[in-house]
Amino acid sequence: MIPVSFDYVRAASIPEAIQLLKNSNGEGKLIAGGHSLVPLMKFRLSNPGTLIDISDVNEMKGVGIVGSRLVVGALTTHAEVAEDTAVLAHLPVLAEAAKQIGDMQVRNKGTVGGNIAHADPSADLPAVALALDAVVHLTGEDGEEKVPIQEFLLGPFITSLPETSVVTAISFAVPPAGTQSTYLKYFHPASGYAVVGVCAVGGKTAEGLVNHVRIGITGAGDCAFRTEQAEKFLFGKPATLENIKQAASLAAADGDMGEDLFASSEYRAHLCKVYTERALRKVLG
Amino acid sequence: MTKVVGKPLKRKEDPKLITGNGQFTDDIKLTGMLYMAVKRSQHAHARIKRISVDAALKLPGVVAVYTGKDVQDKIKPIRSIWLVPGCDLIAKDRVPLAVDKVNYTGEAVAVVIAESRYLASDALDLIDVVYEELPAVVHQEAAIEGSAPVIYNDVPGNVAFTWKAGEVPEEVFANAEVVVKQRFYEQRVAANPMETRGAVAQYNPGSGELTLWCTSQNPHIHRLQYSEALGISETKLRIIAPDVGGGFGAKIAVYTEEALAAFAAMDLKQPVKWIEDRQEHFLATSHARDQVITTELAGTKDGKILAIRTRNVASLGAYLSTMGAGVPTIDFGLMVTGAYTIPYAQAETIGVYTNTTPTDAYRGAGKPEASYQIERIVSLFAEKIGMDPVEVRRKNLVQKGSFPYTNPMGCNYDSGDYQKVLEQALEAAGYAGLRKEQEEARKNGRLLGIGISTYVELCGLGPSAVAGAIGFGGGLYENCTVRVHPSGKVTVLTGASPHGQGEGTTFAQVVAEKFGIPIEDVELFHGDTHMISMGWGTYGSRTTPVAGGALAIAADRVIEKAIKIAAHELEVSPEELKFEDGAFMVKGDPDKKRTFKEIAWSANNAWNLPAGVEPALEGQCFFDPPDFVYPFGAHICVVEVDPDTGVVDLKKYVSVDDVGRILNPLIVEGQVHGGLAQGIGQALWEQTVYSEKGQLLSGTFMDYAMPKAKFFPMIESSFVESPSPVNPLGAKGVGETGTTAAPSAVVNAVMDALKPYGVVDLEMPLTPEKVWKAIQKGRAVK
Repeated sequence: MIPVSFDYVRAASIPEAIQLLKNSNGEGKLIAGGHSLVPLMKFRLSNPGTLIDISDVNEMKGVGIVGSRLVVGALTTHAEVAEDTAVLAHLPVLAEAAKQIGDMQVRNKGTVGGNIAHADPSADLPAVALALDAVVHLTGEDGEEKVPIQEFLLGPFITSLPETSVVTAISFAVPPAGTQSTYLKYFHPASGYAVVGVCAVGGKTAEGLVNHVRIGITGAGDCAFRTEQAEKFLFGKPATLENIKQAASLAAADGDMGEDLFASSEYRAHLCKVYTERALRKVLG
Repeated sequence: MTKVVGKPLKRKEDPKLITGNGQFTDDIKLTGMLYMAVKRSQHAHARIKRISVDAALKLPGVVAVYTGKDVQDKIKPIRSIWLVPGCDLIAKDRVPLAVDKVNYTGEAVAVVIAESRYLASDALDLIDVVYEELPAVVHQEAAIEGSAPVIYNDVPGNVAFTWKAGEVPEEVFANAEVVVKQRFYEQRVAANPMETRGAVAQYNPGSGELTLWCTSQNPHIHRLQYSEALGISETKLRIIAPDVGGGFGAKIAVYTEEALAAFAAMDLKQPVKWIEDRQEHFLATSHARDQVITTELAGTKDGKILAIRTRNVASLGAYLSTMGAGVPTIDFGLMVTGAYTIPYAQAETIGVYTNTTPTDAYRGAGKPEASYQIERIVSLFAEKIGMDPVEVRRKNLVQKGSFPYTNPMGCNYDSGDYQKVLEQALEAAGYAGLRKEQEEARKNGRLLGIGISTYVELCGLGPSAVAGAIGFGGGLYENCTVRVHPSGKVTVLTGASPHGQGEGTTFAQVVAEKFGIPIEDVELFHGDTHMISMGWGTYGSRTTPVAGGALAIAADRVIEKAIKIAAHELEVSPEELKFEDGAFMVKGDPDKKRTFKEIAWSANNAWNLPAGVEPALEGQCFFDPPDFVYPFGAHICVVEVDPDTGVVDLKKYVSVDDVGRILNPLIVEGQVHGGLAQGIGQALWEQTVYSEKGQLLSGTFMDYAMPKAKFFPMIESSFVESPSPVNPLGAKGVGETGTTAAPSAVVNAVMDALKPYGVVDLEMPLTPEKVWKAIQKGRAVK
């Protein structure tokens, strides 16, 4: 658990970070909190030639409301998100999820941008990002770019992030008034990551018809996913327990179930159903 | 001031540890120190065709690389020290580095010595080992099948030994009204102390003396074995165990890496450090349990147990570790009848070599396995005859007034009132109310379960004559020296080697109370073979019963001498003095007195000593206990199983333990809680898993689930004190109660919860998926 040797440099600004990525000839890796990257380096599973420390880039910190979206700077820590007044007022589910990440030390150092860019298939935030139509803000050699989360997350630890671009912020859609949201997590007893994590946002009309439903699931497979079939089934229907159960039974249909020592794919699919049902009952009940 | 024994004092040891000021092996930094890294086999079973080290040697900063061939004539294999007699044991000793063949994934094949730890690690990647893979055998039941690959040509069927104890006449089972039989699997687990293993070796070429700091629970055993392996006189080998960050049995065993670091330090005449990382720890430090135990119980319809018969197929791993043979035989087999008066018992253990990391002691070592099978089978017996599991226990527990009770294997349970402990636990848990609550819950489809364990364990190892009789390669007495300095301050030296158990505090309490001095005036010193004449270390819940016995007697010897000196100064006979609250007073004239501090000075200056009394004030005792001690307890666990996910929610855990006389209730309770965390951990989360080819699948904390504080409810622990008659302090030992009691309490509770689905037994750990599948199966049958 000793990493191979590497160079270490600090970037003071986004353009400098981009320049340093360019200079590192594909061997560079950005580091902020380091709580995802450093363990991989210790196992020698990731061997970057140069670590570019961006933790001093202040323009990438903090939370703000822009129109109907909440924008979280990439360097904002999970602990900051969990206590941020704008997050608590407009997107309490993001705080709810942030509180369930790792332990106190991880939350104090780990960042929202790092979490998303690392694309760990068991990380918590991708589920929330999917349910809240998140957009990843990038800055690269050719300027700024905004990539919807579903186009950003491609697979386990794989994203569409260009080699010389920096994730500067994540923006989340503030769901329509009257909706409820929740993040329910089944913790892996060893790692603390999500075996299955379900983020559900839901709303209904005065008549009880579902008029908003978004479900993101993480942990179950190679990549976090939106449960489009379940959402489609439920939209426009009465928010009855029977309909919720039927929607939940479709929860695993849009993802590939993974398997490890702790949980088989069969069990993970079952957990997707159980946790989706519980989440939907909470937000539509 | 003087009544401090029995007080819940905070540990004297803690401030330095929790402020980062401990001195662990890795904190030792010496001038010119080199670093060792170990090249390990990625195969479970393979022939070594060739090892090329040239590229590694060329890396700047690499000082030396040693392979098995380089050291085979210089470091002897490490012998197991527990050669259990009467079972035709074939002991396969650990070799320092594999030469022709590797026998488990992670076995060391070469070491690199370099100027930094980073360089040493880099150099490992440059060593090229060419292997020819052989079929591996991982599970012990498969290993004894005729068709299994054989690991050693002179060990047919991979069977290292077949051990037997006790006998049940066949007619007892043939004629029994009720027979219950069940196979249990005690899964393989890893102790995982917070500090991994490590060593720093320093050689003095002038004196020929080698100092080896290492993570040891028993430095004198390490000295004995490393002096033999390295060919160094015990007079020239100094083993120091500095602060040790937990051991749980894994640091009893004598391994090869420490010997390799010592050899390199001698060869290169430079200090060498090796610190095991966590991945190595999972591969290279002993594993534990891994026993397949089939138990049969014969009983009557009205709940009387007549006989217990067990067959234990135990995986030893690829080599016989230090205490590897003793754990599944003596430690397990002598205790198979548990806390019950059972007329007949028979135990058979087959020790099997497999292509896995060697197994050895882990908190409880054999007793948790014994307790698990008896507590599970007794609950299954109750179920079969339709009796409450508490009632069956009440009927069969050793009765008050029959102590010492000799079990069918010859163990003498020392003292106690087992019924009282059980009743206290039932009351604390509100047992009757719980059963009503369960009945209601079941009506609503809720799966509430109540589990009981009434365990007893063999602790306080132990009488040396017994050690000799059971093949233990050493004594089991313990040593304490109580040294009173001229100022009246006291240093206690012990051959035990505490590493988190708190004797720095409890021993100070004992001495402070005996001498009538503040506990701040007493310091415990341990873990240095040059400073301590002899001792056998800390394990088997022996430190307080055995070393504490030596302490009490040594302190009394100090008082005996001090009285003579005080009497001489006060011009009375020793019989005319009484010693109370730190003062030697003339009976009937308490103003005529000397304080302990004054006599400490008198004894050490020796200006005016009575005839025949030597200067200085020091007492020593080598205490060899007449027998073992037997902590007993009743634990009750309440769980609720989520039928949708199989998740087991621990709702309540009640423990009532009789650990003899309690010196410090705060420390004792801490020991109970820590043991319970590991015992419950085994029941629900922990497991070491290999692939069929012998790859370790649970080799990081991402997969190996250590118990965490948030997994537990508040533990409701209380105690009953029945002093043990076999040592001066009356202590029974407490460190291993939790791991012995909890697995069966938890599994009994979960099985009780799953009763509506007809589930009889599930293998530990009871992971949610396993429980969920059992529920699914039960639903299908319904």
